Amino acid sequence: MLELKNISFNVSTDGADKEIIRGVDLVVPDGKLIVVTGPNGGGKSTLAKIIAGIETPTGGSIFFSGEDITRLSVTERAKRGIAFAFQQPVKFKGISVKDLIRIASGKNISVADACEYLSSVGLCARDYIDREVNASLSGGELKRIEIATVLARGAELTLFDEPEAGIDLWSFRNLIDVFRNMKKANKNGSILIISHQERILDIADEIVVLKDGRIDKQGKKDDILPSLIGTTSAISDCAMMNPGKGAE
Amino acid sequence: MMKLDEIQKRLLREVADLHAVPEGAYNIRSNSQSAGRQSTANIEITPKTDVSGLDIRIKAGTKNESVHIPVVMTQTGLYELVYNDFYIGEGADVVIVAGCGIDNCGSQDSEHDGIHRFYVGKNAKVKYVEKHYGSGSGSGKRILNPGTEVYQEEGSSVEMEMVQIKGVDDTKRTTTAKLAAGAKLVVRERLMTHDEQRAISTYVVSLDGEGASADVVSRSVAKGNSFQKFDAKIIGNAPCHGHTECDSIIMENGKILAVPALEANDLDAALVHEAAIGKIAGEQIIKLMTLGLTEAEAEEQIINGFLR
Ligand SMILES: Nc1ncnc2c1ncn2[C@@H]1O[C@H](COP(=O)(O)OP(=O)(O)OP(=O)(O)O)[C@@H](O)[C@H]1O
Ligand SMILES: [Mg+2]
Repeated sequence: MLELKNISFNVSTDGADKEIIRGVDLVVPDGKLIVVTGPNGGGKSTLAKIIAGIETPTGGSIFFSGEDITRLSVTERAKRGIAFAFQQPVKFKGISVKDLIRIASGKNISVADACEYLSSVGLCARDYIDREVNASLSGGELKRIEIATVLARGAELTLFDEPEAGIDLWSFRNLIDVFRNMKKANKNGSILIISHQERILDIADEIVVLKDGRIDKQGKKDDILPSLIGTTSAISDCAMMNPGKGAE
Repeated sequence: MMKLDEIQKRLLREVADLHAVPEGAYNIRSNSQSAGRQSTANIEITPKTDVSGLDIRIKAGTKNESVHIPVVMTQTGLYELVYNDFYIGEGADVVIVAGCGIDNCGSQDSEHDGIHRFYVGKNAKVKYVEKHYGSGSGSGKRILNPGTEVYQEEGSSVEMEMVQIKGVDDTKRTTTAKLAAGAKLVVRERLMTHDEQRAISTYVVSLDGEGASADVVSRSVAKGNSFQKFDAKIIGNAPCHGHTECDSIIMENGKILAVPALEANDLDAALVHEAAIGKIAGEQIIKLMTLGLTEAEAEEQIINGFLR
C-alpha cells in the first residue's frame, strides 16, 4: 500500500515561488487500480515523480508498505518495489531492448522470456529484441518498449504516465488487456495510471482528478466517471479517432 | 611456439580475443621477440631485415583468410618501434587483427610504437581490428603510439575498428589515408581514458578519386583527470563523400578537445562533420535507477553501451 500524506511541491521560478502540488493526501491500496486524470499542467506527472523519488516533495511524507520512504533514493524505492513508466521514454545509445528488459527484471532472464514482455505490448519480439533503444525507434515503439520494460519489473506498485500516448487505437485495446493481466498476475500489486482516456478510466477501481495541484474529485469509478464523460479528463475512442471533435 | 606465461595469455585474450594459437597466418610478438609465426599458402609473413617489424604479403584473390599480429609486453622499461607493412593483393578479402597489450608492474615506462602501412590493391576488402589495453600496478607508464597509413587503390574498401578502453597512460594515434576512385574507408574508434591518461587521435583522410568515400566515427569517454584530443580532417580532392563524427561523454574532470576540419577542393565534394561533447544525460541515469540500479551501476551500463 502506498500512502501520501499532505504532499506539497514548490519550485521557484524567476524568484517567485510556484506551488505545483498543494497538500495532496492519497492512498493506493494493495490490489487496486487507481487512475489519476485532470487538465494539462495539473501536476499529475510531478506527483508520479515524487512517488518514484525523482522529485523530492517540499512538504509531507510518503509511506510504502508501512515504511516511511520520503527520504529514500530512486534506487532504494525501486528495490522496494516501485516501478515507473515515463510519459516520455528515455533513449540510450548502444543499449538494446534486451539489455533494458534484463536490467528491469533484475536477473539474467532468457531471450524467450524477454520476448514475452514485448509480445504483450504488441511488438513482434524478433524484430525488436536486439534493437538499440535510440532515436531510430518511433515514438509509439519507444512507448511500448517503456511499458514492456516496466512489466518486466514485476513490481508491487507500478506507475504509468499516460501509457496510451502515441499508441494507435488497435494496440490501445490490447493495452487495456495488459493492465487487466497485471491485476490478475499479482493480486496484491497496485497500479496507478495517469490517463485522459475514458477506456482506461473505465477499468479503474478508483478515480482521482488532480487540478491545480490539488485533488479536485476522488472516489469509486462509478461515482466519478459519469461527471467526467465529455471533458478532456475522459476522452473517448471516437474523439481519439477524430481529434478536435467531441472532446471538450 | 614459445611458451607464454599467464599474464601474456591474458593480454592476448584482451587484445585479440585469442584463447589458443590462431588459425591462418599469425605472428605473436612478446617482449620484442617473436613467440610464434606462421605463413599460409596465400599469406606470407617475413621479418624485416633493416628495422624491427614484418612484411605481410597477401596474394591477389585471397578470400576469407585472416592474419593475427598481436603484441604483448610484460617487461618494465621496454621501448620498441616496429614497422609492419601490409601488401594486400587485388581482389583479396581478409581480416587483419592487430592489437597491443602492455602489463607494467615496474617503475619504468613501457612503450610500443607501431607503424602500420597498408597498401590495398584494386577492389580488395580489408577488415582491420586493433585493440589496445594496459594493466599492471607499477608506477611506470604504459605508452602506445600507433601510426597507421592507408593507401587504397580503386574500388578497394577498408573497415577499421580501433578500440582502447583501459589502462593506456599515453597515446598518440595518427591515421592517414589516401583513397583512389571508388575506394571506401570506414573507421570506428572507441576510446576511454581515465585517471591522468592522455590520448590524442589524429586523422587525415584525402579523398583523391571520383566516388571515394570516408566515414570516420569516434565515440569516446574521458573520466578522472584525463584528456583527449580528437583531430579529424577530411580533404575532398574529387567528387566524393566524407563524414566525420565525434561523440563524447565527459565525466568528473575529464576534458575533451574536438578539432574538426573539412577541406573541399572540388565543387562536388560533399563533406560533413558532427561533434557532440557532454556529460551523461541525467534522465538516462534516473531511468536506470528506477529499474533498480544505483547511480554508479547506471553510469557503468550507459558507458558500456555507448562504447559497444
Ligand atoms: N521543475 C519545475 N520547474 C518549474 N515548473 C515546473 C517544474 N516541474 C513541473 N512544473 C510545472 O508544474 C505544472 C505541473 O506539471 P506536470 O508535468 O506535473 O503536469 P501534468 O498534470 O502531468 O500535465 P500533462 O497532462 O500535460 O502531462 C506545470 O505547469 C509545469 O510547467
Ligand atoms: Mg504529465
